Amino acid sequence: MKKLLTALLFAPAVALASGAGIHLDKAPDVQGDKAALQSGAKTFVNYCMNCHGLSYVRYNRLTELGLTEQQVKDNLMFTAEKIGEQMRVAAQPAEQKLWFGAAPPDLSLIARSRASEEASGADWLYTYLRSFYRDQKRPTGWNNTVFENVGMPHVLWELQGQQILNKEHKLELSVPGKLSAEEYNKQVADLVGFLVWAGEPGAGFRKQLGFGVLGFLAVLFCVAYPMKKRFWKDVK
Amino acid sequence: MASNTSFEKYKSDGSLQGNLLEWFDARFPATSMWRGHLSEYYAPKNFNFWYFFGSLAMLVLVIQIVTGIFLVMHYKPDASLNANGIPVAFASVEYIMRDVSWGWLIRYMHSTGASAFFIVVYLHMFRGLLYGSYRQPRELIWIFGCLIFLCLMAEAFMGYLLPWGQMSFWGAQVIVNLFSAIPLVGEPLSIWIRGDFVVGDATLNRFFSFHVIAVPLVLLGLVAAHILALHEVGSNNPDGVEIKKKKDANGIPLDGIPFHPYYSVKDIVGVVVFLMVFSIIVFFAPEGGGYFLEYNNFIPADPLKTPPHIAPVWYFTPYYSLLRAMVWPLFGIDAKFWGVVAMGAGVVILAFLPWLDRSPVKSIRYRGPIFKTLLTLFVIAFAILGFLGTQPPSYAFFGVIPSAPVAQVLSAFYFLFFLTMPWWSKIDKYKPEPDRVTM
Repeated sequence: MKKLLTALLFAPAVALASGAGIHLDKAPDVQGDKAALQSGAKTFVNYCMNCHGLSYVRYNRLTELGLTEQQVKDNLMFTAEKIGEQMRVAAQPAEQKLWFGAAPPDLSLIARSRASEEASGADWLYTYLRSFYRDQKRPTGWNNTVFENVGMPHVLWELQGQQILNKEHKLELSVPGKLSAEEYNKQVADLVGFLVWAGEPGAGFRKQLGFGVLGFLAVLFCVAYPMKKRFWKDVK
Repeated sequence: MASNTSFEKYKSDGSLQGNLLEWFDARFPATSMWRGHLSEYYAPKNFNFWYFFGSLAMLVLVIQIVTGIFLVMHYKPDASLNANGIPVAFASVEYIMRDVSWGWLIRYMHSTGASAFFIVVYLHMFRGLLYGSYRQPRELIWIFGCLIFLCLMAEAFMGYLLPWGQMSFWGAQVIVNLFSAIPLVGEPLSIWIRGDFVVGDATLNRFFSFHVIAVPLVLLGLVAAHILALHEVGSNNPDGVEIKKKKDANGIPLDGIPFHPYYSVKDIVGVVVFLMVFSIIVFFAPEGGGYFLEYNNFIPADPLKTPPHIAPVWYFTPYYSLLRAMVWPLFGIDAKFWGVVAMGAGVVILAFLPWLDRSPVKSIRYRGPIFKTLLTLFVIAFAILGFLGTQPPSYAFFGVIPSAPVAQVLSAFYFLFFLTMPWWSKIDKYKPEPDRVTM
């Protein structure tokens, strides 16, 4: 009885989630690959940062991706003076709202906010950035199968080329871009990896520290438990 | 098992320590409090696993207060937008996460601590149900405990607004709006609570004030009352028998052992194990799979964009399900009002347990099959209600069984469990209690 109650209490409500939604591709994990994260930073600064800020990240934090401050200044810092500044967009949010109808969101936390029970935020972004297609009904000429009627045009179209939605409702490349499908997927994976990193730049250190803390607690347990045993020897 | 108060040996020996202690004792009940609450507070020797959660709740309270103090040093309760177009409050949390030294650790400990608090408190309350700890003479301990639970809910609710994310904002909007369902005074009442027509800067600032000052003060007072009342009557135990009935020649309960050092060293083991679990979450899964930190809350609050699905944090969801189960506008009053009544009653009814339970024995060890069955069903119902509270009302089990009627049946069961308790607890079979505790 006691065991049953214990088991019940700790078992989370067992029920299958019914959410079918859109299929999201698994994003490759590039967190350990500094070259990939640097390439992602480059794509972000060159393509995304014209409109989207990364305002919780300071430029000098990019040194954690294996770059020197000079490299960051020379290659990635276009709209800031000092290395300690936040990665902001030059345009004001109010102006952007006037131009686009809605200000493009800051992307610092996009990988965390797009996560769901079904898939990680990285999976969502990885699929989204590869799912733009030509749609003449949209003001920008672009639509997206993951984010229906998205306001953003396909900024990476030169690289990917142009996709259309065929009769089976599947994406199909109609005009090839500068990159092959494989190269484009890699570039998007790097960009997504960079956004995941930007969501919590300290995440790597956090996990490292976690092992240390657990190790310490394990040692503490090895002291605390025998101490308890010793004190309780005479309790019958 | 004599007193283990080692420092007392210094008394009257003319040493500096001894003189200091005597100086203090003449002016403050230092030694007598140490004895009364620790070295000569006799707790039953047969506490089991379930008895860790009281001291763990105190530990989490301390974690929350200490981390909270440091968070307040950098957090800014300000709903206005900064130069990047992001609410200052939201940005200040990310500032803590990224730019404040060890800020991420303090913040994750606080956010994980909130969920941990409810986990240990729910287990602590369940212990009370298992062993009848609320029964005479411990009714007041139980009532203080229910008030602590209520305070904790208020504290968690108001604290959740502070990061000023989408779920913070819309969760608060939904809950405060519930008060508007009260006839006549509802509308002005909800405006009075918010200090505005929508959740805004005024709401954020007053919730901040309540979260960091008012509610913690009440909470600390109630915790003190809870423990004072406990130490007055003495702890219950897994056998549900009173150890004070059998005392030795010195008036010490035969089955009692001094809290210090026996339970202090035992609780240290519990603390270490708890900290291991806590650390695994803080360091490896601080979002708790979207249950401890909701994904939508990484988006700044936007009063113009209502999220498609607003779910409270997991610890509120069983009660949120009770609220949603009420869909009938009884007596011509909005169903929402009855939902609020159901949710409130769901919490308040706990306080009446000491008088609802009519069983001749306290502990589940000596109670009959009706209690065991109903308690098991109650736990299952509570868990399913909790799960359904995280899902939209349209959720269907396995995609086919609609959840709304299930939630209604389970909600009815939740209340019937308590309301019919005077009857079934009396007719249930029971085994005689032993004279002394069993190990």
